[in-house]
Amino acid sequence: MNHFELFDMPAAFSLDAAELQQRYRKLQQTLHPDRFATGSEREKLRAVQRTAQLNDAYQTLRSPLTRAEYLLELRGIDLAHEQTTLQDPDFLMAQMEWRERIEEITDLEALDSAYKDLQEQMNALQGELEQHLEAAANEEAAIAIRKLKFMHKLHHELEQTEEQIRY
Amino acid sequence: MAYSEKVIDHYENPRNVGAFDKNDPSIATGMVGAPACGDVMKLQLKINAEGIIEDAKFKTYGCGSAIASSSLVTEWVKGKSIAEAEQLKNTQIAEELALPPVKIHCSILAEDAIKAAIADYKKKHVA
Repeated sequence: MNHFELFDMPAAFSLDAAELQQRYRKLQQTLHPDRFATGSEREKLRAVQRTAQLNDAYQTLRSPLTRAEYLLELRGIDLAHEQTTLQDPDFLMAQMEWRERIEEITDLEALDSAYKDLQEQMNALQGELEQHLEAAANEEAAIAIRKLKFMHKLHHELEQTEEQIRY
Repeated sequence: MAYSEKVIDHYENPRNVGAFDKNDPSIATGMVGAPACGDVMKLQLKINAEGIIEDAKFKTYGCGSAIASSSLVTEWVKGKSIAEAEQLKNTQIAEELALPPVKIHCSILAEDAIKAAIADYKKKHVA
């Protein structure tokens, strides 16, 4: 059973996050350890295993990036374990400029504007990704996912900068 | 995770950090990135009329292993011909720096950066 089937939801990129959370909570309750308190060791073990599987599935589907990656995995493209390098000079040059910009941030104003610009670029990329996934243009979707990973890294860098500024 | 002494040495005293003018015809620029970790690497070679790499510079945003890998290759390629530099394998970098398996992609990044720079040089000089 794949992650989408586990939640009885269609295997698509666009997904109702609130619905997913609701179904997750319901399934979680059915597997609660208290329900198996009087059960056999075998039943208890199975419940624990299924809970782990459920949590893994929920975490994967919850974030758009990992959800997209998982969708491609179902379509036979494994991005999680690839060691391919990206060689798109324009995109990478923009990444370098982003890194330089982040290095120079010293106040909250600059930080906020960087967060805003980054979010805009991430939204645009995610929009592209959604189109590619729906059109089953898997190679193009894979490229968008790889780029999105760099954007997530930038977001992480911004969070670290924020910590340095605030504390 | 523990870094090897060589990684720490290159990380704390990186060799050849900086940039050349990418529009200079004798300068070759290689840009590569690793989606797995979001690292980006820019590697530039200064190549003379005989096809010998006279100088190299890099700028890398990434972990200690990625910085050490790029620092090391800038040292290695100096004085080498393009053909020799093309032979450079990531396994040599990984071995020299004693990189653990999870950091092998950093050495792949450095190898690909050299290849991308040489491809850039060839493109500049054929066209």
